[in-house]
Amino acid sequence: MARSASKATTRKPKVKTRAGLPRARPASRTVVLVATRKGAWLLHADAARRTWRVDGPHFLGHIVNHVVLDPRDGRTLLATAKTGHLGPTVFRSTNLGRTWKEAAKPPAFAKAAEGKAGRVVDHTFWLTPGHASEPNVWYAGTSPQGLFRSEDGGVSWAPFSHINDDPKYIEWMGTVQDGTPDGPKLHSIIVDPRDPKHLYFGMSGGGVHESTDGGKNFAPLIKGMQVVEGFDAAAVTFHDPHCVRICPTNPDRLYQQNHCGIYRLDRPGDSWTRIGRSMPKKVGDVGFTMTVHPRDADTAWVLPMDGQTVWPRTSPDGKPSVYVTRNGGKTWQRQDAGLPAEQAWWTVKRQAMSADTRDPVGLYFGTTSGEIWASRNEGERWTCIARNLSEVYAVETAELG
Amino acid sequence: MKVLIPTPLLSYTQRREVDANGATLAAVLADLDRQFPGIRFRVIDEQDQMRRHIRFFVNGDQVFDPEQPLRPSDEIIIVQALSGG
Repeated sequence: MARSASKATTRKPKVKTRAGLPRARPASRTVVLVATRKGAWLLHADAARRTWRVDGPHFLGHIVNHVVLDPRDGRTLLATAKTGHLGPTVFRSTNLGRTWKEAAKPPAFAKAAEGKAGRVVDHTFWLTPGHASEPNVWYAGTSPQGLFRSEDGGVSWAPFSHINDDPKYIEWMGTVQDGTPDGPKLHSIIVDPRDPKHLYFGMSGGGVHESTDGGKNFAPLIKGMQVVEGFDAAAVTFHDPHCVRICPTNPDRLYQQNHCGIYRLDRPGDSWTRIGRSMPKKVGDVGFTMTVHPRDADTAWVLPMDGQTVWPRTSPDGKPSVYVTRNGGKTWQRQDAGLPAEQAWWTVKRQAMSADTRDPVGLYFGTTSGEIWASRNEGERWTCIARNLSEVYAVETAELG
Repeated sequence: MKVLIPTPLLSYTQRREVDANGATLAAVLADLDRQFPGIRFRVIDEQDQMRRHIRFFVNGDQVFDPEQPLRPSDEIIIVQALSGG
Protein backbone atom coordinates (compact mmCIF):
# COMPACT_ATOMS: atom_id res chain seq x y z
CA MET A 1 0.00 0.00 0.00
CA ALA A 2 1.73 3.10 -1.18
CA ARG A 3 -0.15 5.43 1.12
CA SER A 4 2.22 4.68 3.97
CA ALA A 5 5.11 7.03 4.49
CA SER A 6 7.42 5.16 2.18
CA LYS A 7 10.93 6.33 1.66
CA ALA A 8 11.62 7.37 -1.92
CA THR A 9 14.97 7.17 -3.55
CA THR A 10 16.84 10.44 -3.76
CA ARG A 11 17.67 11.48 -7.30
CA LYS A 12 21.33 12.25 -7.00
CA PRO A 13 22.94 13.31 -10.26
CA LYS A 14 25.13 10.69 -11.82
CA VAL A 15 27.85 11.44 -14.24
CA LYS A 16 27.86 9.66 -17.57
CA THR A 17 31.04 7.64 -17.79
CA ARG A 18 33.09 6.66 -20.81
CA ALA A 19 32.13 3.08 -20.19
CA GLY A 20 28.48 3.89 -20.83
CA LEU A 21 25.36 5.16 -19.22
CA PRO A 22 24.81 5.20 -15.46
CA ARG A 23 22.92 2.21 -14.16
CA ALA A 24 19.21 2.42 -13.46
CA ARG A 25 18.07 2.24 -9.88
CA PRO A 26 16.91 -1.11 -8.55
CA ALA A 27 13.25 -1.89 -9.17
CA SER A 28 10.95 0.24 -7.04
CA ARG A 29 7.33 1.28 -7.11
CA THR A 30 6.31 4.07 -9.40
CA VAL A 31 3.56 6.54 -8.61
CA VAL A 32 2.22 8.92 -11.23
CA LEU A 33 0.93 12.22 -9.88
CA VAL A 34 -1.85 13.64 -12.04
CA ALA A 35 -3.10 17.23 -11.76
CA THR A 36 -6.26 18.17 -13.63
CA ARG A 37 -8.79 20.91 -14.04
CA LYS A 38 -11.09 19.08 -11.60
CA GLY A 39 -8.74 17.63 -9.02
CA ALA A 40 -5.72 15.36 -8.54
CA TRP A 41 -5.18 11.62 -8.76
CA LEU A 42 -2.31 9.37 -7.70
CA LEU A 43 -1.79 6.30 -9.87
CA HIS A 44 0.17 3.57 -8.09
CA ALA A 45 1.90 0.93 -10.21
CA ASP A 46 2.72 -2.62 -9.26
CA ALA A 47 6.42 -3.54 -9.31
CA ALA A 48 6.27 -4.41 -13.01
CA ARG A 49 4.30 -1.24 -13.91
CA ARG A 50 1.62 -3.42 -15.50
CA THR A 51 -1.38 -2.72 -13.28
CA TRP A 52 -2.34 0.56 -11.71
CA ARG A 53 -4.34 1.46 -8.63
CA VAL A 54 -6.18 4.76 -8.82
CA ASP A 55 -6.18 6.91 -5.68
CA GLY A 56 -8.45 9.95 -5.90
CA PRO A 57 -9.89 12.34 -6.60
CA HIS A 58 -8.04 14.58 -4.22
CA PHE A 59 -9.44 18.14 -4.13
CA LEU A 60 -12.46 17.29 -6.28
CA GLY A 61 -13.55 20.37 -8.19
CA HIS A 62 -10.35 22.28 -7.51
CA ILE A 63 -8.22 23.44 -10.41
CA VAL A 64 -4.96 21.64 -9.67
CA ASN A 65 -2.01 22.74 -11.78
CA HIS A 66 0.82 20.70 -10.31
CA VAL A 67 1.41 17.90 -7.79
CA VAL A 68 5.02 17.11 -6.93
CA LEU A 69 6.63 14.65 -4.50
CA ASP A 70 9.74 15.81 -2.68
CA PRO A 71 12.49 13.46 -3.88
CA ARG A 72 14.58 14.43 -0.85
CA ASP A 73 12.28 12.91 1.78
CA GLY A 74 10.07 10.69 -0.37
CA ARG A 75 6.85 11.54 1.45
CA THR A 76 6.06 15.25 1.19
CA LEU A 77 3.61 16.10 -1.55
CA LEU A 78 2.80 19.64 -2.58
CA ALA A 79 -0.23 20.48 -4.71
CA THR A 80 -1.21 23.84 -6.12
CA ALA A 81 -4.95 24.51 -6.19
CA LYS A 82 -7.61 27.09 -6.68
CA THR A 83 -11.30 26.92 -7.46
CA GLY A 84 -13.56 28.94 -9.70
CA HIS A 85 -14.46 31.13 -6.73
CA LEU A 86 -11.58 30.99 -4.28
CA GLY A 87 -8.09 32.38 -4.42
CA PRO A 88 -4.98 30.30 -5.11
CA THR A 89 -3.29 28.19 -2.50
CA VAL A 90 -0.91 25.30 -1.90
CA PHE A 91 -1.74 22.10 -0.05
CA ARG A 92 0.81 19.89 1.63
CA SER A 93 0.77 16.24 2.63
CA THR A 94 3.41 14.33 4.53
CA ASN A 95 1.74 10.94 4.16
CA LEU A 96 1.48 10.59 0.38
CA GLY A 97 -1.94 12.23 0.16
CA ARG A 98 -3.76 10.49 2.99
CA THR A 99 -4.26 13.89 4.62
CA TRP A 100 -3.58 17.41 3.37
CA LYS A 101 -2.97 20.69 5.13
CA GLU A 102 -3.10 24.11 3.53
CA ALA A 103 0.04 26.25 3.40
CA ALA A 104 0.01 28.91 6.12
CA LYS A 105 1.18 31.53 3.64
CA PRO A 106 0.61 30.65 -0.04
CA PRO A 107 2.48 32.49 -2.83
CA ALA A 108 1.30 36.11 -3.05
CA PHE A 109 2.84 39.25 -4.51
CA ALA A 110 3.93 42.10 -2.25
CA LYS A 111 1.29 44.64 -1.34
CA ALA A 112 1.63 47.67 -3.58
CA ALA A 113 2.37 51.11 -2.17
CA GLU A 114 -0.63 53.35 -1.58
CA GLY A 115 -2.04 54.53 -4.91
CA LYS A 116 -0.06 52.01 -6.98
CA ALA A 117 -1.56 49.00 -8.74
CA GLY A 118 -0.21 45.76 -7.32
CA ARG A 119 -0.13 42.35 -8.93
CA VAL A 120 -2.32 39.45 -7.83
CA VAL A 121 -1.48 35.75 -8.11
CA ASP A 122 -4.26 34.08 -10.09
CA HIS A 123 -2.87 30.58 -9.65
CA THR A 124 0.32 28.86 -8.67
CA PHE A 125 1.31 26.98 -11.77
CA TRP A 126 4.63 25.26 -11.17
CA LEU A 127 6.49 23.64 -8.26
CA THR A 128 10.16 22.66 -8.13
CA PRO A 129 11.89 21.07 -5.13
CA GLY A 130 15.13 22.82 -4.20
CA HIS A 131 18.63 21.41 -4.33
CA ALA A 132 19.44 18.18 -2.45
CA SER A 133 21.62 20.22 -0.07
CA GLU A 134 18.68 22.49 0.81
CA PRO A 135 16.12 20.00 2.12
CA ASN A 136 13.20 22.30 2.88
CA VAL A 137 13.56 24.68 -0.04
CA TRP A 138 10.94 24.76 -2.80
CA TYR A 139 10.36 27.14 -5.69
CA ALA A 140 7.02 28.08 -7.22
CA GLY A 141 6.06 29.83 -10.45
CA THR A 142 2.74 31.62 -10.80
CA SER A 143 0.32 33.15 -13.23
CA PRO A 144 0.79 36.00 -13.87
CA GLN A 145 4.53 35.45 -13.91
CA GLY A 146 6.02 35.43 -10.43
CA LEU A 147 8.79 33.52 -8.68
CA PHE A 148 8.40 32.39 -5.07
CA ARG A 149 10.42 30.37 -2.58
CA SER A 150 9.66 28.42 0.54
CA GLU A 151 12.32 27.50 3.08
CA ASP A 152 10.07 25.43 5.33
CA GLY A 153 8.92 22.65 3.06
CA GLY A 154 6.09 24.58 1.41
CA VAL A 155 4.32 25.88 4.54
CA SER A 156 5.09 29.56 3.93
CA TRP A 157 6.09 31.26 0.70
CA ALA A 158 7.74 34.59 -0.07
CA PRO A 159 8.48 36.47 -3.29
CA PHE A 160 11.93 35.46 -4.49
CA SER A 161 14.59 37.41 -6.38
CA HIS A 162 14.20 40.79 -8.05
CA ILE A 163 12.10 39.69 -10.97
CA ASN A 164 8.60 40.08 -9.49
CA ASP A 165 9.03 43.85 -9.16
CA ASP A 166 11.84 44.62 -11.62
CA PRO A 167 10.49 47.12 -14.21
CA LYS A 168 12.47 45.42 -16.98
CA TYR A 169 11.06 42.01 -16.08
CA ILE A 170 7.54 43.43 -15.74
CA GLU A 171 7.94 44.78 -19.28
CA TRP A 172 9.16 41.40 -20.55
CA MET A 173 6.25 39.63 -18.87
CA GLY A 174 3.82 41.64 -21.00
CA THR A 175 0.14 41.77 -20.24
CA VAL A 176 -2.53 39.13 -19.73
CA GLN A 177 -3.28 39.49 -23.44
CA ASP A 178 0.26 38.41 -24.30
CA GLY A 179 0.07 35.19 -22.34
CA THR A 180 -1.53 31.79 -22.66
CA PRO A 181 -5.36 31.66 -22.64
CA ASP A 182 -5.60 30.95 -18.92
CA GLY A 183 -2.96 33.49 -18.04
CA PRO A 184 0.76 34.13 -18.60
CA LYS A 185 2.95 31.77 -16.62
CA LEU A 186 6.34 31.37 -14.98
CA HIS A 187 7.34 27.73 -15.36
CA SER A 188 10.22 25.30 -15.84
CA ILE A 189 12.05 26.37 -12.68
CA ILE A 190 15.28 24.36 -12.78
CA VAL A 191 17.92 23.93 -10.09
CA ASP A 192 21.31 22.73 -11.34
CA PRO A 193 21.95 19.45 -9.48
CA ARG A 194 25.61 20.51 -9.09
CA ASP A 195 24.97 23.98 -7.68
CA PRO A 196 21.98 25.32 -5.70
CA LYS A 197 22.80 28.85 -6.81
CA HIS A 198 22.48 28.02 -10.50
CA LEU A 199 18.85 28.48 -11.50
CA TYR A 200 16.81 28.70 -14.68
CA PHE A 201 13.16 29.46 -15.41
CA GLY A 202 10.92 30.07 -18.40
CA MET A 203 8.13 32.54 -18.92
CA SER A 204 5.22 32.29 -21.37
CA GLY A 205 5.73 34.84 -22.53
CA GLY A 206 9.00 36.39 -21.60
CA GLY A 207 11.85 34.02 -22.47
CA VAL A 208 14.28 31.77 -20.62
CA HIS A 209 16.33 33.25 -17.76
CA GLU A 210 19.34 32.19 -15.74
CA SER A 211 20.89 33.06 -12.40
CA THR A 212 24.32 31.95 -11.20
CA ASP A 213 24.16 33.71 -7.83
CA GLY A 214 21.21 32.06 -6.14
CA GLY A 215 18.60 34.34 -7.66
CA LYS A 216 20.15 37.68 -6.74
CA ASN A 217 20.38 38.41 -10.44
CA PHE A 218 18.65 36.82 -13.41
CA ALA A 219 19.44 37.49 -17.05
CA PRO A 220 17.79 36.39 -20.32
CA LEU A 221 19.11 33.31 -22.11
CA ILE A 222 17.35 33.62 -25.46
CA LYS A 223 20.06 33.69 -28.11
CA GLY A 224 19.20 31.41 -31.02
CA MET A 225 15.53 31.13 -30.02
CA GLN A 226 13.08 32.20 -32.70
CA VAL A 227 9.88 34.21 -32.35
CA VAL A 228 6.70 34.42 -34.39
CA GLU A 229 7.37 35.73 -37.88
CA GLY A 230 7.34 39.50 -38.10
CA PHE A 231 8.45 40.07 -34.51
CA ASP A 232 11.91 41.04 -33.29
CA ALA A 233 13.81 38.08 -31.80
CA ALA A 234 15.99 40.53 -29.86
CA ALA A 235 12.97 41.57 -27.79
CA VAL A 236 12.74 39.32 -24.73
CA THR A 237 9.00 39.77 -24.37
CA PHE A 238 8.23 38.01 -27.67
CA HIS A 239 9.84 34.73 -26.62
CA ASP A 240 7.59 31.88 -25.58
CA PRO A 241 9.41 28.83 -24.19
CA HIS A 242 6.73 26.24 -23.45
CA CYS A 243 8.86 23.77 -21.50
CA VAL A 244 12.55 23.68 -20.53
CA ARG A 245 14.29 20.58 -19.14
CA ILE A 246 17.79 19.90 -17.80
CA CYS A 247 19.48 16.53 -18.30
CA PRO A 248 20.07 14.91 -14.89
CA THR A 249 23.29 13.17 -15.94
CA ASN A 250 24.63 16.08 -17.96
CA PRO A 251 23.35 19.31 -16.40
CA ASP A 252 25.25 21.28 -19.04
CA ARG A 253 22.58 20.22 -21.52
CA LEU A 254 19.13 21.80 -21.70
CA TYR A 255 16.26 20.94 -24.00
CA GLN A 256 13.36 23.20 -24.79
CA GLN A 257 9.99 22.90 -26.49
CA ASN A 258 9.15 26.42 -27.61
CA HIS A 259 6.17 28.02 -29.33
CA CYS A 260 8.58 28.29 -32.26
CA GLY A 261 10.30 24.92 -32.36
CA ILE A 262 12.40 22.44 -30.40
CA TYR A 263 15.82 23.52 -29.11
CA ARG A 264 18.93 22.25 -27.37
CA LEU A 265 21.53 24.26 -25.48
CA ASP A 266 24.93 22.93 -24.41
CA ARG A 267 26.59 25.05 -21.74
CA PRO A 268 28.79 26.95 -21.36
CA GLY A 269 27.44 27.91 -24.77
CA ASP A 270 24.67 30.50 -24.72
CA SER A 271 23.01 29.97 -28.08
CA TRP A 272 20.08 27.58 -28.52
CA THR A 273 20.10 25.28 -31.56
CA ARG A 274 16.79 24.50 -33.23
CA ILE A 275 16.93 20.71 -33.31
CA GLY A 276 13.27 20.54 -34.37
CA ARG A 277 14.32 21.31 -37.93
CA SER A 278 14.98 17.59 -38.34
CA MET A 279 11.41 16.65 -37.42
CA PRO A 280 9.22 15.45 -40.32
CA LYS A 281 7.95 18.51 -42.19
CA LYS A 282 4.37 17.25 -42.15
CA VAL A 283 4.39 17.05 -38.36
CA GLY A 284 6.48 20.11 -37.55
CA ASP A 285 8.15 20.94 -34.25
CA VAL A 286 5.44 22.80 -32.36
CA GLY A 287 4.28 21.41 -29.02
CA PHE A 288 3.96 22.12 -25.32
CA THR A 289 5.88 19.40 -23.50
CA MET A 290 9.35 17.84 -23.58
CA THR A 291 10.82 15.08 -21.44
CA VAL A 292 14.43 13.99 -21.00
CA HIS A 293 15.93 10.59 -20.31
CA PRO A 294 17.05 10.19 -16.66
CA ARG A 295 20.45 8.79 -17.68
CA ASP A 296 21.09 9.48 -21.36
CA ALA A 297 21.44 13.15 -22.25
CA ASP A 298 21.15 12.35 -25.98
CA THR A 299 17.61 11.02 -25.55
CA ALA A 300 14.50 13.20 -25.26
CA TRP A 301 10.84 12.99 -26.17
CA VAL A 302 8.31 15.49 -27.52
CA LEU A 303 4.63 15.35 -28.38
CA PRO A 304 4.00 17.53 -31.43
CA MET A 305 0.78 19.43 -31.97
CA ASP A 306 -0.82 21.27 -34.87
CA GLY A 307 0.48 24.84 -34.98
CA GLN A 308 -0.74 25.74 -38.44
CA THR A 309 -3.49 28.10 -39.62
CA VAL A 310 -5.56 28.97 -36.54
CA TRP A 311 -3.32 26.94 -34.19
CA PRO A 312 -5.71 24.08 -33.34
CA ARG A 313 -3.23 22.78 -30.73
CA THR A 314 -4.42 19.22 -31.39
CA SER A 315 -2.44 16.19 -32.46
CA PRO A 316 -1.44 16.72 -36.11
CA ASP A 317 -4.07 15.23 -38.43
CA GLY A 318 -5.81 13.68 -35.40
CA LYS A 319 -3.04 11.05 -35.19
CA PRO A 320 -1.13 11.60 -31.94
CA SER A 321 2.42 10.41 -31.58
CA VAL A 322 5.43 10.83 -29.38
CA TYR A 323 8.71 11.53 -31.16
CA VAL A 324 12.04 10.48 -29.70
CA THR A 325 15.57 11.54 -30.47
CA ARG A 326 18.45 9.29 -29.43
CA ASN A 327 21.20 11.58 -30.71
CA GLY A 328 20.54 15.01 -29.23
CA GLY A 329 18.10 16.05 -31.91
CA LYS A 330 19.93 15.07 -35.11
CA THR A 331 17.15 12.63 -35.98
CA TRP A 332 13.70 11.79 -34.61
CA GLN A 333 11.62 8.61 -34.66
CA ARG A 334 7.84 8.34 -34.43
CA GLN A 335 6.51 6.30 -31.46
CA ASP A 336 2.79 5.75 -31.87
CA ALA A 337 2.30 2.02 -31.24
CA GLY A 338 -0.80 1.63 -29.09
CA LEU A 339 -1.93 5.24 -29.49
CA PRO A 340 -5.14 6.01 -31.42
CA ALA A 341 -4.54 5.64 -35.17
CA GLU A 342 -7.01 8.38 -36.14
CA GLN A 343 -9.63 10.84 -34.92
CA ALA A 344 -7.85 11.69 -31.68
CA TRP A 345 -7.77 15.44 -31.34
CA TRP A 346 -6.18 15.93 -27.98
CA THR A 347 -2.87 17.38 -27.02
CA VAL A 348 -0.56 17.28 -24.01
CA LYS A 349 0.18 20.37 -21.96
CA ARG A 350 3.61 21.57 -20.96
CA GLN A 351 4.05 19.78 -17.63
CA ALA A 352 1.84 16.79 -18.53
CA MET A 353 4.61 14.39 -19.59
CA SER A 354 7.14 12.73 -17.35
CA ALA A 355 9.68 9.90 -17.18
CA ASP A 356 10.46 7.54 -14.32
CA THR A 357 14.00 6.39 -13.50
CA ARG A 358 13.57 2.68 -14.19
CA ASP A 359 15.30 0.58 -16.85
CA PRO A 360 13.81 0.64 -19.40
CA VAL A 361 12.50 4.10 -18.66
CA GLY A 362 8.75 4.44 -18.18
CA LEU A 363 7.06 7.38 -19.86
CA TYR A 364 3.73 8.90 -18.89
CA PHE A 365 1.59 11.65 -20.36
CA GLY A 366 -1.86 13.08 -19.73
CA THR A 367 -4.13 14.48 -22.39
CA THR A 368 -6.46 17.44 -22.64
CA SER A 369 -9.23 14.83 -22.94
CA GLY A 370 -8.48 13.33 -19.53
CA GLU A 371 -6.53 10.19 -20.44
CA ILE A 372 -3.25 8.96 -18.97
CA TRP A 373 -0.99 7.00 -21.31
CA ALA A 374 2.02 4.98 -20.19
CA SER A 375 4.92 3.17 -21.81
CA ARG A 376 7.12 0.67 -19.98
CA ASN A 377 9.68 0.62 -22.77
CA GLU A 378 10.78 4.17 -23.50
CA GLY A 379 7.92 4.91 -25.88
CA GLU A 380 7.99 1.76 -28.03
CA ARG A 381 4.42 0.85 -27.02
CA TRP A 382 1.73 2.85 -25.26
CA THR A 383 -1.15 1.78 -23.01
CA CYS A 384 -3.97 3.91 -21.65
CA ILE A 385 -3.89 3.47 -17.86
CA ALA A 386 -6.67 5.93 -16.93
CA ARG A 387 -9.39 7.69 -18.85
CA ASN A 388 -12.35 9.98 -18.23
CA LEU A 389 -10.50 12.17 -15.79
CA SER A 390 -10.61 15.90 -16.49
CA GLU A 391 -8.28 17.98 -18.68
CA VAL A 392 -4.80 17.00 -17.52
CA TYR A 393 -2.52 19.87 -16.54
CA ALA A 394 0.43 17.98 -15.09
CA VAL A 395 1.92 14.50 -14.83
CA GLU A 396 4.85 13.81 -12.54
CA THR A 397 6.43 10.53 -11.53
CA ALA A 398 7.98 9.50 -8.24
CA GLU A 399 9.75 6.35 -7.17
CA LEU A 400 8.81 4.84 -3.84
CA GLY A 401 11.42 2.67 -2.19
CA MET B 1 -22.01 39.38 14.35
CA LYS B 2 -23.40 36.54 12.32
CA VAL B 3 -21.56 35.54 9.13
CA LEU B 4 -23.09 33.10 6.67
CA ILE B 5 -20.43 30.97 4.95
CA PRO B 6 -20.77 29.63 1.37
CA THR B 7 -20.13 25.96 0.63
CA PRO B 8 -16.64 26.46 -0.93
CA LEU B 9 -15.43 27.75 2.46
CA LEU B 10 -17.04 25.12 4.69
CA SER B 11 -13.74 23.22 4.72
CA TYR B 12 -12.45 26.09 6.89
CA THR B 13 -15.41 26.67 9.24
CA GLN B 14 -17.12 23.25 9.23
CA ARG B 15 -20.41 25.10 9.70
CA ARG B 16 -22.65 27.35 7.69
CA GLU B 17 -22.97 30.09 10.27
CA VAL B 18 -20.18 31.56 12.40
CA ASP B 19 -19.66 34.58 14.67
CA ALA B 20 -17.02 37.23 14.06
CA ASN B 21 -16.29 40.69 15.38
CA GLY B 22 -15.06 43.92 13.82
CA ALA B 23 -15.97 47.52 13.16
CA THR B 24 -15.55 47.09 9.40
CA LEU B 25 -15.91 44.29 6.90
CA ALA B 26 -12.08 44.15 6.67
CA ALA B 27 -11.87 43.76 10.46
CA VAL B 28 -14.48 41.01 10.44
CA LEU B 29 -12.52 39.17 7.76
CA ALA B 30 -9.34 39.52 9.83
CA ASP B 31 -11.20 38.04 12.80
CA LEU B 32 -12.48 35.19 10.62
CA ASP B 33 -8.90 34.51 9.54
CA ARG B 34 -7.78 34.33 13.17
CA GLN B 35 -10.49 31.77 13.86
CA PHE B 36 -10.14 29.89 10.58
CA PRO B 37 -6.56 30.37 9.29
CA GLY B 38 -6.30 30.85 5.54
CA ILE B 39 -9.93 31.75 4.88
CA ARG B 40 -9.29 35.44 4.19
CA PHE B 41 -6.81 34.89 1.33
CA ARG B 42 -9.33 32.72 -0.48
CA VAL B 43 -11.78 35.68 -0.69
CA ILE B 44 -9.51 38.78 -0.50
CA ASP B 45 -6.37 39.07 -2.63
CA GLU B 46 -2.92 40.35 -1.66
CA GLN B 47 -3.87 43.87 -2.74
CA ASP B 48 -6.79 43.76 -0.27
CA GLN B 49 -9.34 43.57 -3.07
CA MET B 50 -12.36 41.29 -3.09
CA ARG B 51 -11.77 38.31 -5.35
CA ARG B 52 -13.59 38.31 -8.66
CA HIS B 53 -16.14 35.60 -7.95
CA ILE B 54 -16.81 36.37 -4.30
CA ARG B 55 -19.52 38.81 -3.15
CA PHE B 56 -20.26 40.25 0.29
CA PHE B 57 -23.73 41.28 1.47
CA VAL B 58 -24.52 43.18 4.69
CA ASN B 59 -28.14 42.98 5.76
CA GLY B 60 -29.04 42.03 2.20
CA ASP B 61 -27.16 44.86 0.47
CA GLN B 62 -24.06 44.16 -1.57
CA VAL B 63 -20.90 45.80 -0.22
CA PHE B 64 -17.92 46.68 -2.38
CA ASP B 65 -15.73 48.56 0.12
CA PRO B 66 -13.91 46.41 2.70
CA GLU B 67 -13.76 49.48 4.94
CA GLN B 68 -17.54 49.66 5.14
CA PRO B 69 -18.45 50.35 8.82
CA LEU B 70 -20.48 47.63 10.53
CA ARG B 71 -22.64 47.36 13.63
CA PRO B 72 -22.70 44.32 15.95
CA SER B 73 -26.28 43.60 14.90
CA ASP B 74 -25.40 43.39 11.19
CA GLU B 75 -25.57 40.11 9.32
CA ILE B 76 -22.95 39.30 6.70
CA ILE B 77 -23.42 36.83 3.89
CA ILE B 78 -20.45 35.69 1.81
CA VAL B 79 -21.63 34.49 -1.60
CA GLN B 80 -19.97 32.57 -4.40
CA ALA B 81 -20.75 34.32 -7.68
CA LEU B 82 -20.97 32.54 -11.00
CA SER B 83 -17.53 31.42 -12.14
CA GLY B 84 -18.00 29.19 -15.14
CA GLY B 85 -17.92 25.43 -15.64
